[in-house]
Amino acid sequence: MADFRHAAFATPLLAGGLLAGLWWLLDVTAANMHERGIRSGFGFLSDPAGFGIGESLLPFDSADSTLWALAAGLANTLRVALPAIVFSTLLGTLIGLGRLSPNLLLRGLCAVYVETLRNVPLLLHLLAWYFVVTDLLPPASDALQLAPHVFLGKSGLALPWPGGDSGLFDLPARGEMGIVGGAVLTPEFLALFLGLTLYTAAYVAETVRAGIQSVPRGQSDAGLALGLTRARLFRLVLLPQALRSIIPPLTNQHLSLTKNASLAVAIGYPDLVSVANTTLNQTGRAAECIALIMAVYLILSILTAWLSAWLERRTGRWAER
Amino acid sequence: MNRVATTRAWLRRNLFSDVFSGLTTLLLLAGGVHWLPGLIDWVLLQAVFTPDAAACEAVDHAGACWGVVAEKYRFILFGRYPYAEQWRPLLATTLLLLVIVASGLRLLACGPLLAAWLLALPAFFVLMGGGYFGLTAVGSDLWGGLPLTLLLATMGMLLALPLAVLVALGRQSSLPLPRALCTVYVELVRGVPLISVLFLASFLFPIILPQGSSVDVLLRVQGGIVLFAAAYLSETIRGGLQAVPGGQHDAAAALGLGRWQAMRWIILPQALRAVIPSVMNSAVSIFKDTSLVTVVSLYELTGALSLALAGDAEWRSFHLEGYLFIGLIYWIGCYAMSRFSRTLELEGGLQRKSLQGLG
Repeated sequence: MADFRHAAFATPLLAGGLLAGLWWLLDVTAANMHERGIRSGFGFLSDPAGFGIGESLLPFDSADSTLWALAAGLANTLRVALPAIVFSTLLGTLIGLGRLSPNLLLRGLCAVYVETLRNVPLLLHLLAWYFVVTDLLPPASDALQLAPHVFLGKSGLALPWPGGDSGLFDLPARGEMGIVGGAVLTPEFLALFLGLTLYTAAYVAETVRAGIQSVPRGQSDAGLALGLTRARLFRLVLLPQALRSIIPPLTNQHLSLTKNASLAVAIGYPDLVSVANTTLNQTGRAAECIALIMAVYLILSILTAWLSAWLERRTGRWAER
Repeated sequence: MNRVATTRAWLRRNLFSDVFSGLTTLLLLAGGVHWLPGLIDWVLLQAVFTPDAAACEAVDHAGACWGVVAEKYRFILFGRYPYAEQWRPLLATTLLLLVIVASGLRLLACGPLLAAWLLALPAFFVLMGGGYFGLTAVGSDLWGGLPLTLLLATMGMLLALPLAVLVALGRQSSLPLPRALCTVYVELVRGVPLISVLFLASFLFPIILPQGSSVDVLLRVQGGIVLFAAAYLSETIRGGLQAVPGGQHDAAAALGLGRWQAMRWIILPQALRAVIPSVMNSAVSIFKDTSLVTVVSLYELTGALSLALAGDAEWRSFHLEGYLFIGLIYWIGCYAMSRFSRTLELEGGLQRKSLQGLG
């Protein structure tokens, strides 16, 4: 009863206060914008961008619209985030399993990896990788050859890529002015990809380790007593049970990796935030640009949440089989 | 059993338990023999420790140039703070660190600890900002390096915690409006990257706030960090609130406590105690996240390093050593905090066990 009386007063009061506050804020904002001659609205999205983008998955030219520039930025975000998600999950799983290995050296090495990498800010990882790639590697004219037709130098990593004029693959090779042909991953992309992958792998490793350790010890004792080998024990008994507690935090890691990709702005990789930042500086439309960034990331978060829920249902069924 | 036999048993168990383990051991040992000498060479044997750019140039990256740290450490640690006055940030940082360490190690009882915090924080601001006791005023735009990192992280935690408790309680409220507001706030902030919140604080706050009430960029960014941290912390605290058994609510009601009294004396203390380890993990994240304020032109540790080296042609090729140096500072802070959180977790486990024993 008490709650009811409470609610009857509190809700209208709070709603009234909230509306008044909002109205005041909008009023002040409008006055400020009027005074500084800031126009508002999303009309600028259809204007020509007027700036170039260093690298882009989508075909982009500075005469294209600002909206298209932002789309190219989003495509660049996904271009680095998706491979980083795949590789960090693989590497992190290996390291997480390594931390549970009976071998002391392997266990120690994996523990050192996790404790070193996750206790240093990601931004520092990115800056350091970017510096290593752009300053410490040899120039393109004598790039390191990592494998046949794979070259690594200051100008990036050149890889064979399907297509090209001569045959199935476009193969990079040494030319007069450095490496010619193939697909080139820029230093910005490499630094961001490496930094995100190695940093997130440390978190994935901890998730995997905690997940496997959450399976009661009796399960592995019982499996061994049944005469299962370690490999079969892991595949048939531990993994299905562990996956249930691994997948929700793992999708969280993937989501934060995607959000962390926004640090690209610090090393000049043209991701969504980077392009939006350039747009903001050119047009002065701060509110609109920030709202766009936030809206896109919120949509990504909601999509990931759905995907995670779907995966949980799937693995739940798989484990029950 | 003699010593040889025990050693052999130990080796067998830890390094050669089966074929796969044995191969791993051999592979890792080979890797160590191959890589370690080079690493030791680079870090120690061929490294240059004196601030001598010519000597560093001569080694040509075959050894580390720790001289860059020796040359630039004051700029890295204190940023653009006036050189002659740098004893002030040094003293301020030391004071704040002492109070933080004393809190962690529980060197002081509750009362003295609170007093220490209430003294250290104003002292920090007076020392950094000046303007009192004959200290020259130093604008917050000149603050930088380690004191700025510490300030952003500490104040971020201290201010975010009470806000987070409020929001967590709001999400559990029976009133629909506060519940909806708190939910929207938490989900909104947790869905977007910190950079966008920092952009919001640095570009948008000036437009939203009334004309003439210009709030300086440090305060705005600090506000952004608090809002960001509070959203994550409130989820942690909500978890703690839900973990308190329902019987506690009933028992409090049976004793005649009102809802708020029960919350204040029965529920919150248990909830907060249960989540201290996770709160410490959030503190680690916030400490690392302060490095992002570089993007909105505040020169904390990471920004100060870039500022120190980027413009200096003589030293700019030794960025890596600089990154390793500040990486070590971050690492010490984060590792200490995560160790602390693990100790608390163990203690919590023991406490619960002994309570169960009593029950």
